Amino acid sequence: MLEINNLAGTRGERLLFKNLSFAVNEGELLLIKGRNGAGKTSLLRLICGLATPDTGEILWDGESIANIRSEYFRSLVFVGHDNGVNLDLTVQENLNFHQALKGNPSAHSIPEVLQRLGISRYLKVPCRFLSAGQKRRVALGRLAISDARLWLLDEPFTSLDERALDAVKNLIIQHLDQGRLCLATSHQTIDWRDSKVNQIRLGEVS
Amino acid sequence: MTRAFGALLKRDLTLVARTPGDYTTPVIFFVVCTTLFSFVAGKDIAVLKSIGPGVIWVSALLASMLSLEGLFRSDYEDGTLEQILTAPAPLPLIVLAKAFAHWISAGVPLLLISPILGILMNLDFHSTTILVVTIAISTPTFSLIGIFGAALVISQKKAGMLLSLLTLPLCVPILIFSVSAVSAAADQLPIGGHLMLLAAFFVFTLTLSPFGTAGALRIMLSN
Repeated sequence: MLEINNLAGTRGERLLFKNLSFAVNEGELLLIKGRNGAGKTSLLRLICGLATPDTGEILWDGESIANIRSEYFRSLVFVGHDNGVNLDLTVQENLNFHQALKGNPSAHSIPEVLQRLGISRYLKVPCRFLSAGQKRRVALGRLAISDARLWLLDEPFTSLDERALDAVKNLIIQHLDQGRLCLATSHQTIDWRDSKVNQIRLGEVS
Repeated sequence: MTRAFGALLKRDLTLVARTPGDYTTPVIFFVVCTTLFSFVAGKDIAVLKSIGPGVIWVSALLASMLSLEGLFRSDYEDGTLEQILTAPAPLPLIVLAKAFAHWISAGVPLLLISPILGILMNLDFHSTTILVVTIAISTPTFSLIGIFGAALVISQKKAGMLLSLLTLPLCVPILIFSVSAVSAAADQLPIGGHLMLLAAFFVFTLTLSPFGTAGALRIMLSN
């Protein structure tokens, strides 16, 4: 379970949000909404441990993430604005690297995940030759290849076509069905079927 | 843990192998820079012999600076660094893998070409051997100092000058002891002390640089 208590976020000298508290339980998806510049990305960067909060705390299974950093990092996958895909490496090499970096491969093999995302043909193709949407799919492929409980997604659906969007949606729903957690920022309206979905809206409170 | 180390090393070396310019440019610079000095020394072989070790060493130092700027460049820009920072493996260990990959791609080529340059500068066999030994001990130190500098300037677009300004002064002690080791070897003097000190510098940076670099990366990526 992920708990956020009294969190404040700043960018430079500007306060983006304060007194932000919420919790995400097993099997829940939390959508972070808000206009551009409301602090959605900053919030995700705080939650994934890239930035440290000035005030407030982030708890993972009741422990502050600052104290259990390595364990926390093992249980999360973060897909940010930047894909984290090296253009000179092939799709396979990129994903192999990420899998080894996380150190907890899931039951799904890389070809199987790419099959689901519709890019299995490009396994041995350097990512330089892929389109923006295909690169995004490679980045999202990271989600399913490691056995992480928490997915943190920043605008996961940018530049995806309908089929890919559907595939990613299904990945997320399947993830939630296993009793795992997901946080995502997104502008799209998506039918999450009967998954448990909560929303918070940044930039309106206080 | 060691798996992440191996994975990063393998990845970086694959990338280096795919862009040959990364490891050939420092070598070419090293050779050209050294040979230029032999032109200005004129026909006085004694002069060449006395400035030889210094010239080779300064060229080697500048050559190893060349590849530093790109050390984190692509990883920072494409978001891989964010992934590395949110990986369970200890960040200093990953930094160490990165420094090791940098040494293999930038330091080892210099090491391999240096005996030829020693002969070019009219160094005798013994001095050339010592030259190679000092380069072998000191290029890893350069990589470790350099990676720290590269982490500090990671968010700057054109950081080459700033990076040299940060790291070159830190390399001065290594330069002094390396060159005096080679000169001492040419004069048949004992050089054990010099080599010990160079080794000490290496161990010192090996111990501190990964932690310093990891800290710098966390700070630079936190906003």
